[in-house]
Amino acid sequence: MNDGNITESGALEALRGRLEATRGRQYWRSLESLAETAEFKEFLHREFPHNASEWLDPVGRRGFLKLMGASLALAGVSACTRQPDEEIVPYVRQPEEEVPGKPLFFATAMPMNGAGIGLLVESHEGRPTKVEGNPDHPSSRGATDLFAQASILGLYDPDRSRNITNLGDIRPFSAFATALQDPLRAQEATQGAGIRILTETVASPTLGAQMREFLMRFPQAKWVQWDSTGRHNARAGSQLAFGEYVDAQYAIDKADVILSLDADFLCTGASGVRYSRAFASRRRLEGNQAQLNRLYAVECDPTNTGSRADHRLPLKASEIEAVARAVASRVGVAGAGDAAVPQAAMRWIDPLVRDLQASRGRSLVIAGDGQPAVVHALAHAMNDALGNVGATVTYTQTAEVQPMDQRAALQTLANDMNAGTVSLLVIIGGNPAYSAPVDLKFADAMQKVALRVHVGLYEDETAALCHWHISQAHYLESWSDVRADDGTATIIQPLIAPLYGGKSAHEVMAALSGAGERPGYDLVRAYWSSPGAASGTGRVNASPPPATAATAPAAAGAAAAPAAGGARPAATAAPAAGGARPAAAAAPAAAPAAAAAPATPVSAAAAQFDRQWRQWLHDGVVPNTAFTPKTVAVRANFAAQTAPRAAVQGLEVVFRPDPTVHDGRFTNNAWLQELPKSLTKLTWDNAALISPGTADRLRLISGDVVELKQGGRTLRIAVWLAPGQAPDTLTLHLGYGRTRAGRAGNNTGFNVNALRAFEAQDILQGVELTKTGESYELACTQDHWSLEGRNLVRVATKTQYDADPAFAQKLEEGEGKPLSMYWQPYKYDGYAWGMTIDQNVCTGCNSCVVACVAENNVPVVGKPQVMNGREMHWLRVDRYYTGDIENPDTYHQPMPCQQCENASCEVVCPVAATSHSDEGLNDMVYNRCVGTRYCSNNCPYKVRRFNFLLYQDWDTQSLWPLRNPDVTVRSRGVMEKCTYCVQRISQARIAAKLDDRQIRDGEILTACQAACPTDAIVFGNINDPGSQVAKLKASPRNYTLLNELNNRPRTSYLALVRNPNTALEPAQPATDGEAR
Amino acid sequence: MAAPQQPLQAPPEAGSMSAAHRELLARTPDVIAPGHTFGSVTDKISGIILTRRTPIGWFLGFGIAFMFLTILNLTIVKLLFTGIGIWGNNIPVGWAFDIINFVWWIGIGHAGTLISAILLLFRQQWRTSINRFAEAMTLFAVACAAMFPLLHTGRPWLAAYWLFPYPNTMQLWPQFRSPLIWDVFAVSTYFTVSLLFWFTGLIPDLATLRDSAQSKFAQRIFGVLALGWRGSAQHWQRYETIYLLLAGLSTPLVLSVHTVVSFDFAVSEIPGWHATFFPPYFVAGAIYSGFAMVMTLAVPMRAAFHLEDLITMRHIHNMTKIMLATGMIVAYAYVNEVFYAWYSGNLFEQFMMTNRQTGPYGPFYWMLIAINACMIQLFWFRSVRDNVVLLFILSLLVNVGMWLERFVIIVVSLHRDFLPSSWGMYAPTKWDFGMFTGTIGLFLSLFFLFVRLLPAISIFEVRTLVPEAKVNGGSTTEHLL
Repeated sequence: MNDGNITESGALEALRGRLEATRGRQYWRSLESLAETAEFKEFLHREFPHNASEWLDPVGRRGFLKLMGASLALAGVSACTRQPDEEIVPYVRQPEEEVPGKPLFFATAMPMNGAGIGLLVESHEGRPTKVEGNPDHPSSRGATDLFAQASILGLYDPDRSRNITNLGDIRPFSAFATALQDPLRAQEATQGAGIRILTETVASPTLGAQMREFLMRFPQAKWVQWDSTGRHNARAGSQLAFGEYVDAQYAIDKADVILSLDADFLCTGASGVRYSRAFASRRRLEGNQAQLNRLYAVECDPTNTGSRADHRLPLKASEIEAVARAVASRVGVAGAGDAAVPQAAMRWIDPLVRDLQASRGRSLVIAGDGQPAVVHALAHAMNDALGNVGATVTYTQTAEVQPMDQRAALQTLANDMNAGTVSLLVIIGGNPAYSAPVDLKFADAMQKVALRVHVGLYEDETAALCHWHISQAHYLESWSDVRADDGTATIIQPLIAPLYGGKSAHEVMAALSGAGERPGYDLVRAYWSSPGAASGTGRVNASPPPATAATAPAAAGAAAAPAAGGARPAATAAPAAGGARPAAAAAPAAAPAAAAAPATPVSAAAAQFDRQWRQWLHDGVVPNTAFTPKTVAVRANFAAQTAPRAAVQGLEVVFRPDPTVHDGRFTNNAWLQELPKSLTKLTWDNAALISPGTADRLRLISGDVVELKQGGRTLRIAVWLAPGQAPDTLTLHLGYGRTRAGRAGNNTGFNVNALRAFEAQDILQGVELTKTGESYELACTQDHWSLEGRNLVRVATKTQYDADPAFAQKLEEGEGKPLSMYWQPYKYDGYAWGMTIDQNVCTGCNSCVVACVAENNVPVVGKPQVMNGREMHWLRVDRYYTGDIENPDTYHQPMPCQQCENASCEVVCPVAATSHSDEGLNDMVYNRCVGTRYCSNNCPYKVRRFNFLLYQDWDTQSLWPLRNPDVTVRSRGVMEKCTYCVQRISQARIAAKLDDRQIRDGEILTACQAACPTDAIVFGNINDPGSQVAKLKASPRNYTLLNELNNRPRTSYLALVRNPNTALEPAQPATDGEAR
Repeated sequence: MAAPQQPLQAPPEAGSMSAAHRELLARTPDVIAPGHTFGSVTDKISGIILTRRTPIGWFLGFGIAFMFLTILNLTIVKLLFTGIGIWGNNIPVGWAFDIINFVWWIGIGHAGTLISAILLLFRQQWRTSINRFAEAMTLFAVACAAMFPLLHTGRPWLAAYWLFPYPNTMQLWPQFRSPLIWDVFAVSTYFTVSLLFWFTGLIPDLATLRDSAQSKFAQRIFGVLALGWRGSAQHWQRYETIYLLLAGLSTPLVLSVHTVVSFDFAVSEIPGWHATFFPPYFVAGAIYSGFAMVMTLAVPMRAAFHLEDLITMRHIHNMTKIMLATGMIVAYAYVNEVFYAWYSGNLFEQFMMTNRQTGPYGPFYWMLIAINACMIQLFWFRSVRDNVVLLFILSLLVNVGMWLERFVIIVVSLHRDFLPSSWGMYAPTKWDFGMFTGTIGLFLSLFFLFVRLLPAISIFEVRTLVPEAKVNGGSTTEHLL
């Protein structure tokens, strides 16, 4: 401020005067304030005199307007898109190892049907998004089956039960624990004679120990295990053959000749992944390949195993026993008898037996779970007689902790309930009200029990009949353990805290045992720290484990306990305790606990156990828990004790677990519902499979509704023509027709349990079929099974292959002719991504398809859309038949985007939304796509998928955390397709750049490749001659589809080579009509 | 430049002709009925708009057409809010009714341009009384057609401008290799030129209407539209120059537009699409279907407004003959397709043809053959050409046949291509039909409005056909010819 006027003498005079006039202390800020000049008064009056005065200054005003204009413009821009309200919870303390945007992987295992498969689960900021196989786990070796892949959707299923309820009222778990104490105490008088616990087949050592301890308290109580698709016959077969329960472990890779008696050993059961891998190892022709094995399959319905067989014989399921007996007696099984062999099998028996005997010690006979006990026993006896025991087959104790005759146990339970001797029924898992044999009238019997408790993932048919329903924790949100088929134990660690506060079986059993709300972590850890845990004789309650005792105060009442240990996997998995977004919340809570732990005196043994425990969690396996082989002896003459089955007139029905929804536990899993069943390509429904010949005789076509009648029971179901189905048989798949499955699963398909009686749980004979005249629409994703004479699948026999390894390339249209007038291919200097798919090892198991769905956020569209040809799968497995329609050769051909170098789709897109990368990827730019669908029309492989409607579920909140954050969630009107998992390529590229190196071969696994049990899919850099994919592309079996179009696909196929027995199939000249 | 085109109607020179020629001429009807004068022509045509009461049939027809237009609007609203999944399109049949309708409508448009531009250049006098409404038909058909390339996309709100090359900071351009981009240019050019051509031709008539109109409102409207036309010699001179230039511009468009449309298919590699003879085949088919549509419109309009003396049997005969000629070209193309499928030795091409004939959509193929190859042979007969009612029915059938042709080319080729695993079927939904009948509603609504509000027949050009015009030694249009 200018002080112009106060320097004047008159002004100073005035100041002095004013100062003299004041009394007391008077403060003045400046001379101006003292003088009370007009300027100063104005200064006080106007807040920002500088800026305000600039308003009058021409230059300042301009600057001001510029500023205002810019801020207005920016305000306008931000106002265009309303940002969604979102709470951002930052990490108060960054969890160890957690880098936002970088996924972590935790080892766990998925239990199913009495065995587990080891997994690594991908976790993004505390939410599991994708399941991969655990390379260290014997039944996985890095691959998974389709159920494990789809189980991640089960975790986030919006229809899962969310509450603990008593007669429909929501209650806390503590109320349940308290409510059960009185009835349990009442039972103490009778030693628990009125208590029944019904579980599925249990392979969890901890749960087994809890059961044993519970039964020690209540000796008269009964533990019933029952699975509607359990391995009842296999167990009974081992009882029959050996007099004890054992599991057969097959060394498929060591077998030269395999006979499958109705066994789909490649694609069903807990060992499917392991056996597929072993089988594939004998089907490769590149490198130092072993001799091709030879598979004979005698089976009733077409299976994936049958589709890979060199010789397949469709027979009624009831006739297979006769074949088994005939073969057995010829290979030297005493007392096998010689039943009348069906006509169709006559010419088979002798060549087969010669082949088996020529490979003594290198052959294998496997019986299917749907075959009666005697066939299993005969298979054991044949392996024994062929010298295979100890070579290709070993016997071990069972993976389930307590093998029992489950069928008899269930029947006894039903009888007891009807007799009124059961007063407390606790059902842990399973859905017997839906799946129990219909003549047991299980649901009615249940009503006679005074107190019924159901523990399950869903409020299903059984839950509706129970007083208490406890929402069960998914395996991805609970602590548990499970044995693999070979006995290897895995600690199941949660990836996230229970989304809906569910409880695990362990916690429910602890509550029943009066231990209150003991956390699952505590129970599992207690078991594994007890002596004898590895051998299955550990304890949960008796002797408190030292580690638990030590950390108990710190971890009191909180599932944050594992964090206390500070173990790497546990620490990050445990934040799950905090809730849906747990990491931030749990980490600080865990930290004091971690600090407290060392302060507590810990014994050396506890520290030792703690180290082990961390290692087990990290590895996903408990070492040295695999069973050691047992020596068992085949009982003499068992076969003679059982009479061969008498032939019954009429149609024969076989019941099988569904290839996608299994026994009904996955009915509400939309991924599995929409997954085309690998042989019928049906989705969203089951149907009665019937052979084309039988259908023709009965004047039926696919979709006709028939009424099946047997023993007073009827079932209305649509039929579906299945080439390869045995004549006069119908295959009925379980798991459909549910009424309380959830939004996705309700009222899909037909409940075939209506026909499944206790005595005929696998094979039902003498079924009458009447045509109702109605028809039912089934959604099938592949209507055409013929190759139409096209060279799409190329097949040769081993003899032909030996004579001409490059047979596949010679089947090319216009082979050797130049494809273009001006041929100067683009040079790919850096990486050139490519893929090979070995059709010789592909079993069509569908794991890859579900893996792709999970990895790439592929939406589910529903049955009506599938019927309209709008399914969204980026990867489909094409299935073709050649030859006799009653027993065709079946081929699987996985079909992802072929990533053409001269892609037809790219030139026709008007907005360049699909374009080529310099690494040869055919990229899809969703942002740019306007959806003309021209690219799809012009794609000869028809692998592009279009969002005709808004298929992604944007509204269901529980599905939000499921999505892979690395992959765009597509919206309506946009084309999409396989990207070769470009997000994984990017991750690897970033990692390689940080290390300043090239991406290593095998560093990138596409989702389909990672899931493939047989390693049929190989991906890599074809510019690197040392890469596996480049080596395979150099194989003479390598060919590309529709090569004559000059699209130059980067995906190529390896031709099939069959290994038939020349005694059954005379050798043909090379490449003669095989590639029809 | 007075041209010797008199023989078509002039007895004076008959003496120099052969007897056969004379006889032929005697049987050839005139392009205008005898007895008309300048005034009568003007009154007759402008009377429809200005003085005569609107016939009740017009209200009825417009009402029905408007109902279908409403269906179109409903369908478009549903389409924009729900997505094109409301149609039956699927994978593998990515294009169906949408593109069939597009090609069908754009084909229909071609007759108008051919009549007004090419026949003008070829000095075909008979075009004069039908060119105006044929051009209007072109415009309305192209308007119907132009809707589909936009609405058939998954995200039309983006396609509306991303398909045009506009400068943007991302430096993203359309993909100029894609025939769909060529379509955008071809169709927009075609529409623009057709509109200009049509409006230019209207100006003298609009001035006539302005001058004859009684109501102030009509005078104002026509006055504005007439752009100050006073009929001075300079006006006529400018008019004729621009009209000839626009005719010259339109002429290549007749060939180019449907050639480009055919590239949508020919450039792709789907069996049944990938064929080099598509451009001439498509152009012939377009003219064929366009003339069928002109016939379909002319016959009822002629009856309703008693225009028999302006749209004479001469016109009807000539149009029938053009349909016969172009229809034969189309039929030849069908034979060619079959021949080349066999001759190529290509498995996929051969299958494509077998599938067309015997596949699930086989009946449609045979219907199309029955109409486009067999039925049109009736046009050889004079008795058929004389029967207006029969011709109306037949031309309707030709429109059906040409729609089926596009169905066969698009849907039947797509539904079974290379890999049998991806084969599928296509079934239209109610929304597909809503869209199709809706565009017919739009087309007819516009046409009804047109015949009611604008001269459906060129007044000043028809006046040149009146004998008085010849007495004065040539007409204005003859001058420019």
